[in-house]
Amino acid sequence: MNVSYQWLSEYIDLGGIEPQELADLLTRGGIEIDGVVSRNAGVTKTVVGYVLEKEKHPDADKLNVCKIDAGTGETLQIVCGAPNVAAGQKVPVALVGAKLPGDLQIKRAKLRGVESQGMICSARELGINDKLLPKELQEGILVLPADTAVGTDIADLLGLNDAVLELDLTPNRSDCLSLLGVAYETAALTGRPLTLPEPEKALYSAADKTADAIKVAIESSEACSHYAMRVVKGVKIGPSPLWLQNRLIAAGIRPISNVVDVTNFVMLEYGQPLHAFDAAKVKGAVRVRFAREGETLVTLDGQERKLEPHMPVIADDERAIALAGVMGGLDTEVTPDTVDILLESARFAGAAVRKTSRQLGLRSEASARFEKGVDPERVRGALDRAASLIAQTAGGLVTDGVSEVRLAAPEPAVIELSLERINRMLGTSLSSLEVKTIWSRLQFAAEPAGEGVWRLTVPTRRGDITRAVDLIEEVARLNGYDRIPTTRIEGPTTTGALTKPQSIRRELRKLLSEAGLSEAVTYSVTSASRAALFPALSGAAEGMRPIGLAMPMSEERSALRATLLPNLLEAASYNKSRRNASAALFEIASVYHSAEEKLTTLPAEHPRLAFLLTGNREGSGWNQAATAYDFYDAKGIVEKLLTRLGLTGAVRFEQAQPADFHPGRTAALKLATATGEVAIGYVGQLHPELQREFDLGDAYAAEIDLKPLYEAADARIVYGTLPRFPSAERDLAVVVDGSVPGASLVEAARQAAGEWLESVRVFDVYAGERLGAGKKSVALSIVYRHPDRTLNDEEIAEAQQSVVSRLEQSFSAELRK
Amino acid sequence: MKERLEALRVEALAQLQEVADAGRLNDLRVHYLGKKGQLTEILRGMGGLSAEERPVIGQVANDVRAAIEEVLADKQAAFDRAETERRLAAETIDVTLPGRAVATGSVHPLTKVTQEIEDIFLGMGYTIAEGPEVETDYFNFEALNLPKDHPARDMQDSFYITDEILLRTHTSPVQIRAMKNADGATPLKVICPGRVYRRDDDDATHSFMFHQIEGLVVGPDIRMSDLKGTLLQFVQAMYGPQVQIRLRPSFFPFTEPSAEVDVTCTQCGGQGCRMCKQSGWIEILGCGMVHPKVLEHGGFDPEQVSGFAFGMGVERIALLKYDIDDIRHFYNNDLRFLGQFARM
Repeated sequence: MNVSYQWLSEYIDLGGIEPQELADLLTRGGIEIDGVVSRNAGVTKTVVGYVLEKEKHPDADKLNVCKIDAGTGETLQIVCGAPNVAAGQKVPVALVGAKLPGDLQIKRAKLRGVESQGMICSARELGINDKLLPKELQEGILVLPADTAVGTDIADLLGLNDAVLELDLTPNRSDCLSLLGVAYETAALTGRPLTLPEPEKALYSAADKTADAIKVAIESSEACSHYAMRVVKGVKIGPSPLWLQNRLIAAGIRPISNVVDVTNFVMLEYGQPLHAFDAAKVKGAVRVRFAREGETLVTLDGQERKLEPHMPVIADDERAIALAGVMGGLDTEVTPDTVDILLESARFAGAAVRKTSRQLGLRSEASARFEKGVDPERVRGALDRAASLIAQTAGGLVTDGVSEVRLAAPEPAVIELSLERINRMLGTSLSSLEVKTIWSRLQFAAEPAGEGVWRLTVPTRRGDITRAVDLIEEVARLNGYDRIPTTRIEGPTTTGALTKPQSIRRELRKLLSEAGLSEAVTYSVTSASRAALFPALSGAAEGMRPIGLAMPMSEERSALRATLLPNLLEAASYNKSRRNASAALFEIASVYHSAEEKLTTLPAEHPRLAFLLTGNREGSGWNQAATAYDFYDAKGIVEKLLTRLGLTGAVRFEQAQPADFHPGRTAALKLATATGEVAIGYVGQLHPELQREFDLGDAYAAEIDLKPLYEAADARIVYGTLPRFPSAERDLAVVVDGSVPGASLVEAARQAAGEWLESVRVFDVYAGERLGAGKKSVALSIVYRHPDRTLNDEEIAEAQQSVVSRLEQSFSAELRK
Repeated sequence: MKERLEALRVEALAQLQEVADAGRLNDLRVHYLGKKGQLTEILRGMGGLSAEERPVIGQVANDVRAAIEEVLADKQAAFDRAETERRLAAETIDVTLPGRAVATGSVHPLTKVTQEIEDIFLGMGYTIAEGPEVETDYFNFEALNLPKDHPARDMQDSFYITDEILLRTHTSPVQIRAMKNADGATPLKVICPGRVYRRDDDDATHSFMFHQIEGLVVGPDIRMSDLKGTLLQFVQAMYGPQVQIRLRPSFFPFTEPSAEVDVTCTQCGGQGCRMCKQSGWIEILGCGMVHPKVLEHGGFDPEQVSGFAFGMGVERIALLKYDIDDIRHFYNNDLRFLGQFARM
């Protein structure tokens, strides 16, 4: 909404308040002003001139030499290039010494040998947005109405000595989608009185009855609660007077013709949308009803609209003639030939208008106002005001009376509120007098209702105020938010602490970043094809279905992600294409799973950790060669975080072949819980085909469900006494089949080594021709310790023998000597 | 014999004085003090001495030995020192070459900012509440006083999955969930960080996915002045004690009264600069007193308790804090960008 400062000052005295001050005042009060724009882009010393005569320039085909009376007492000779200049016109003349927008200075000049004492201006040269001008005024010089007085300052004439306030309204303050609304608001903020417009009564015809001219009906009460029409007979359609055009242009609306301009003017003034029909083209009575199945309507913009039965329309006896509250129909439009008009003012249901305009993608000044609600008490006032203004500007007479149906008249809200409640809610100590002053500035009727209590009647123009808290806000903002003190919350203290999952996530982020990985944040929505990757992680293997958005903005963002890894692959790929082939990235975020085809309940959101390693762990340096990441880097990170969570030993790594991973280089993670083993994720190399698809080299990744870890994580630290007796370390190496997992050998050794075992670890793995095809040698280092004495050689040898026997039995292992 | 010993002392000390390397020193040690050395040679003649002479000569012999040994030891120590110095000199390396890199990762700037804000509120006695990113229309809109067809829904066009389920457009639904979980118990003091989604075309300042942090306090007699005090405490912890706040009336369906909050521009300290568009203030959050209908939806009686809520955009705060020019940097995950946040 753009508000002209001059226009506003017709309703309230703005003396002593500059436009910028007014803007600041309104902004502080809650009506945010985005900008204050001067309408004068830099025009000085430019006046109305009369073209006395026009002759062709002797030496230039396209130039004319004009004799101009600009009221300066002498006849000016001005050379003009515009083709539309003609004798007898009133035109804007920039005199010698004038300035025009764009730092243009008008000087005495010779054009092709002919002296020119000034310049005849186009609208654009005067800095007027010519898109807002009628088409005929956009070309060439600006031709002014014939009755304009010669010598009048053009800035005065065109209303350029004005500033426009650009309002950025919140949805609750639709009352300020009108000059009167902004005037009421300004009155509340300044305490100054208002002058409201009064329709001119003299232009009404007593003999001609509206009821004889048109009958109206509301057939669908859900669509409309109040419908009113007046008739203006014998109008002459033409351009509206300059003052009216200036007002519309200041508001950013293009003048069209006197009748249409008045409807727009009054809409801006009252906030009540109006529409004028050509009475000759409306057949029979007018009614509000819902559109019929298959009905169509060509709207004012020339587009044929397919209507649906939920769309309210205005119809005559035969067909729909307007989309109620959205746009008029082309058939019944006011044209230069129109003689009698039907003027509509109505209150259409906001929800129905909103639905219609959204569905048709057709938003108008009218629909914007109906959607947010118009003042029910202005339907008649605006109608009367517009009818008299039409008669003033287009001639004709307004018939007597109004054809109208009013179904429901909303009652103004009556709210009781105490001073004590206001102060308690705001933390202020306002006096009764201070608050009473605010009620009176708002022009809300306030009756005393007991000690320190008011009964307030809220005018219908402020439909946003329905409760006590709404009134408290009025007090707060008019008193000034800066006058609310700052206090500390009273009452018991509370303890702030992270939950266990929150602490764990923070710990994991710290650990991973310190391990050299960078945290990524990627989008939770992805393409359908990305969402289908890693079925073992996406839940697709267990019957989870993709979750698609109803109306995606693009295919790349059409489905909720079910795994994290595809986004990390994209991020690595993005970096590789920027010459950064090595990446170590992680993300902690949720994935979304549901087995439903169409969601009826919320999907499960699984918090997950994923990371991806590709390229080199270390770049080459002066003292080292580059080393590429491998599987054991990825696994090492997983082991490190399990150690941090106190879960070493609780998770088993098992060879696995999930889709999209390398079938020989991937492990499933199995967490031991009280109720059995739970699969919590995978760590492995990505499938070479997938690596290729993302244009990556070898990439190693893991994705792990965090919820099971939250539950299992054990942060308790229990001190164990330090050993007092020495340990004994014994190594052994066995040759086994190449397929025997190292972890199985370790586990078997652990079970067989007896009670003094301290640890078992693999310290070497070797495969070579000397061992025979498909064989490998695994070397174990086993440590024994007794807490209370030194173990003797016999005890240790016995334990070692037990280990060897177990390995021989279980894995056909051969001890290497 | 005594003369021979004395002569040996003079000769040996003179010889030792000349020695220039450890090998020669060792040769002289053997020559004078070795099993077949000069001193032993002379002492062989001890057998022919009288009982009176023997201890005297013995004493002289010991003195001579001690004198030679002392010089030998001094010389040896000098040679050892020189040898050590030579070796250390040879071990000199170029300390100006770079050290072996310890891999450095980083926490995402949005995480850093979120944790910083969380820590401030944890210190003020708040807990952190979380809620689902895929929400019901009820929690995301209706319970927050945004009934269907409410014009304010235009403010945040949404990604629906079904008619009743959508990606949450703000973290405010967590307010309702936190209130319901509190089951009427006060005081309730939570913040709710998380991802939110709006149907926006991505550009330098807009992203269809972004992060918010919501705050909610409910208790008996929570006042708007408490809200101002809380926000002032927060921004001063975040930006420094010199920073002030300014509240401007605004509108959110779930708060009444509502306000937008500006802080003193952190770039210019309120003097006016490019970042604050010469105003000296930067808008960082929206807030207000919890609307009675919202309290009711959360299971509280608005006649008994009151509350305040506030919400801020993490991206906006991070953009300002790090002077980042384009919001899309946060989601591209360019390592050249992420690497800049490796500092504590």
